[in-house]
Amino acid sequence: MAKAIEITPEIVAEHGLTPEEYQIILDRLGRAPNMNELGIFSVMWSEHCSYKSSRRHLGKFLTKGPRVIQGPGENAGVIDIDDGDAIIFKMESHNHPSYIEPYQGAATGVGGIMRDVFTMGARPIALMNALRFGEPTHPKTKTLVSGVVAGIGGYGNCVGVPTVGGETNFHKGYNGNILVNAMCVGLARADKVFYSAAKGVGNPIFYVGSKTGRDGIHGATMASAEFDDDSEEKRPTVQVGDPFTEKLLIEACMELMATDAIIAIQDMGAAGLTSSSVEMADKGGVGIELILDDVPQREDGMTPYEMMLSESQERMLMVIHPGKEQLAFDVFHKWELDVAQIGVTTDTGRLVLNHKGKVVCDIPIAPLADDAPNYDRPHVPTEKREEVKAENIALTDINAALKTMIGSPDLASRRWIWEQYDRHVMADTVDSSQSGGDAAIVRIHGKNKAVAITTDVTPRYCYADPHEGGKQCVAETWRNLTCVGADPIAITDCLNFGNPERPEIMGQFVGCVEGMNEACRALDYPVVSGNVSLYNETNGQAIPPTPAVGGVGLIPDLQHFTTLAGAKEGDALIIIGETTGWIGSSIYLREVGGSEDGAPPPVDLALEKLNGDYVRQLIRNRRVHAAHDCSDGGLLITATEMAMSSGIGVQIDRPSGDFALSGWYFGEDQARYLIAVDENSVNPILSTADGKGIKAARIGTFKGGGMTSNDGLDLALSDIRAIYEAWFPALMES
Amino acid sequence: MKAIVQIGLKPGVLDPQGRAIARSLTDLGFEEVTAARQGKVIELDIKGEDAASAEQRVNEMCEKLLANTVIESYSVKIES
Amino acid sequence: MKTAVITFPASNCDRDARMALEKVTGRPAQMIWHRESEIPSDVDFVVIPGGFSYGDYLRCGAMAARSPIVKDLVEKANKGLPVAGFCNGFQILTETGLLPGALLMNQGLNFVCKPQKLRITNTNTRYTSGYGSTQEVVYPIAHHEGNYYADDATLNKLEKNGRVLFKYVDNPNGSARDIAGICNEAGNVFGMMPHPERAVDPLHGGTDGLNFFKSIIESI
Repeated sequence: MAKAIEITPEIVAEHGLTPEEYQIILDRLGRAPNMNELGIFSVMWSEHCSYKSSRRHLGKFLTKGPRVIQGPGENAGVIDIDDGDAIIFKMESHNHPSYIEPYQGAATGVGGIMRDVFTMGARPIALMNALRFGEPTHPKTKTLVSGVVAGIGGYGNCVGVPTVGGETNFHKGYNGNILVNAMCVGLARADKVFYSAAKGVGNPIFYVGSKTGRDGIHGATMASAEFDDDSEEKRPTVQVGDPFTEKLLIEACMELMATDAIIAIQDMGAAGLTSSSVEMADKGGVGIELILDDVPQREDGMTPYEMMLSESQERMLMVIHPGKEQLAFDVFHKWELDVAQIGVTTDTGRLVLNHKGKVVCDIPIAPLADDAPNYDRPHVPTEKREEVKAENIALTDINAALKTMIGSPDLASRRWIWEQYDRHVMADTVDSSQSGGDAAIVRIHGKNKAVAITTDVTPRYCYADPHEGGKQCVAETWRNLTCVGADPIAITDCLNFGNPERPEIMGQFVGCVEGMNEACRALDYPVVSGNVSLYNETNGQAIPPTPAVGGVGLIPDLQHFTTLAGAKEGDALIIIGETTGWIGSSIYLREVGGSEDGAPPPVDLALEKLNGDYVRQLIRNRRVHAAHDCSDGGLLITATEMAMSSGIGVQIDRPSGDFALSGWYFGEDQARYLIAVDENSVNPILSTADGKGIKAARIGTFKGGGMTSNDGLDLALSDIRAIYEAWFPALMES
Repeated sequence: MKAIVQIGLKPGVLDPQGRAIARSLTDLGFEEVTAARQGKVIELDIKGEDAASAEQRVNEMCEKLLANTVIESYSVKIES
Repeated sequence: MKTAVITFPASNCDRDARMALEKVTGRPAQMIWHRESEIPSDVDFVVIPGGFSYGDYLRCGAMAARSPIVKDLVEKANKGLPVAGFCNGFQILTETGLLPGALLMNQGLNFVCKPQKLRITNTNTRYTSGYGSTQEVVYPIAHHEGNYYADDATLNKLEKNGRVLFKYVDNPNGSARDIAGICNEAGNVFGMMPHPERAVDPLHGGTDGLNFFKSIIESI
């Protein structure tokens, strides 16, 4: 049994604790911990639970705003969308498990993020994801893509929540570490939001959901094998998802939440029973006593250590009002879920665990949270890069260039992915990946308003200049929401980086966070939830810094919104924002020029606000038939995407002037939008823009069946579409 | 006792999973593979001692639930 | 006119179906939980919704087809009660034997979700009469096991008797003879993989499905 094991420095190290951290534990307990206690400290002080490398930096984020009901610190963030409705959302990573077992890793990532949202009283209404894979030619890429996509679809489709959008990149920087970031958006009543603080003494603690098995017990495998009688037994470390149970859990929780039985509720996610019980107790300022024998168990002979560290999926912990126990039992039995009362809240401030009549853990709760390490890791800023001038980057054949670009890994159609996701279930999806638009639009059930949702980050910018890249990812999601006519409200983030103990990696982290925060403040666009995933590196090779951002906005009236589609024959194509021809770190430079050099485009946040507010105003005034954020691939790619979506070609009239063609067509200047408007609207739109100091120009007309221009561009839309659609299936069938 | 139930698609019913498996195997150089069929195995723990009656009961289970005899065939093995 | 939707654990298009029925009948549909033993006698039309009943474990629709409520449903359907199953509902109907054949995994092996063009092959039925001379409609599809299979004799019989109501244009899943939707001999039980209930709203999937519901409701 646990107490028979002597805690050696090796065992401490296997638990991921430094000697200094262990000393703090000894000081606070006044004795050596037993294995159970050590295991609990190790998971609570892990990077994942304690944010020990990132906490002090995350604290700088703008987290408040007029619509913020709950910022970071709960299972998910909560925002007010009027009429007593609240939106609850969060994004989370499941990178490492998805690399090991792509189907189950991605599936359980989706399951986990949904639980974070419905735990707070919200019915999940939409799923999104942000995926990064290695080079298309890397031998593992194809298997990982198909497994991850099938896993996301397999889980979301079965639970019956539409997967409405996302983004996918390929880059050699992810060859050894893919990123699977999943986002869930839920709808609740603002006065029926549930929190995780356990309140009161003597209140029953309920365990609900699947039984506990030996899934995902990580790190200390050797140590745990030593104190198990049956040491040859192999333990699975891959969690397996059960979307059927998740669906029942959602329905059961919704049913119980409609009563007044629940005091507090928390998902058992990473570090399972340990983190859920400790966090609930810590937030409520109470103690918790559990009888582990009463925990529903899937396997025989599970030890307290295994039960406390198991990451079995589809489980919840609740504190129930005394007297409501039977009500809770009845609801969960109706849904055929395992349910047990496994303990009570106490006034001791301690976590006490009983097993087979013995106390197997008795530690104060406060140090688990309060004394968690909070490091100021050394960080060095990324060196600034030289600008690459478009004049030095040739564009010799515009037709060949467009074909190369539209069929390149980061710009080609993702149909192969999103056709595997049920985008329509729940009957409120107004727009999804299907249109290729900037943001998904999901109607608030039974009402004439909708939420707009987007995920975005441009890792090549973050790698070239973390600060500008950090600004850019926030600004781009804000633009995406603007493009559909939504008021951007708030973001969630998923900060994926390499090893924070390396100063250059920590420098990337700090740079990105500071840039993001600058954008959040300039755009009144707070962070309400998020997740940090560090140590994404293999053999010293870190991933490109990838702070994925999930933005949510409100379309107050579904009479006024736009999508990428919708341009009409004869519409004028207008660009809002200035085109300087910024080619550094662009997709053109990489795909056609063969170089990933150059400083990324600078982000002028005041300009972002000015231009974006104007576009939104035009949409609200019904001036705009279609709108698209001008970003990856630049102006010509943006225009081509609008043409493919509406089925009408574009004749581009490039203004004369002294600028490089490569920069004009494919440069990635920020704060730009393309809009399709009626011919009659052109002059008023341009003159109003002029009055506001906004650069705007008419650059073409929607007509015909191809992409044409006054300087040699001439491709049929059908040919472009064939190239655009061919890349992904060819990759997957190769 | 244990009952091992093997269920597979009937001959003549197209099995795209099996076909994909066969194709992947030949791609990997296992050129001797000419076809693959994918099915499933269900293990049942069963009370009692009488293998013959157990087999009869498990056959009933297959007819009533475990197999869809429109498309699937099954076989039952009882192990003690 | 009273309609009902049967819900199983992990049905997930039950809301879609209820919304569509309410839209067409102007009255709320009754939701019937799988544990109930009887369809109320005043119910005129029953929908078995899509989803992943019982997780689709074992086989899609297999366990739902053997639940208490479905036993009663089969009896009433055999006496003439109109019953329509979409997606998982279609799979359940074939598992009960109310409709012939079975649904196999899609030929492409992947789940497929997209707007799907369908050709109406018989407008002289209780489920399609409202389409008049309309030849083609678009309903969304979203399934992994939608590849319709039946032996040749069954297929011949279905086609000869006009029991194939919808066929796919550009078969998305490998279904035999492009069959998308079929009815029983009496014409009161209908099943298809596509989702007409997701095509009743201009903001969501179009409105091609409205006439489907109008047809069957008006026939009652």
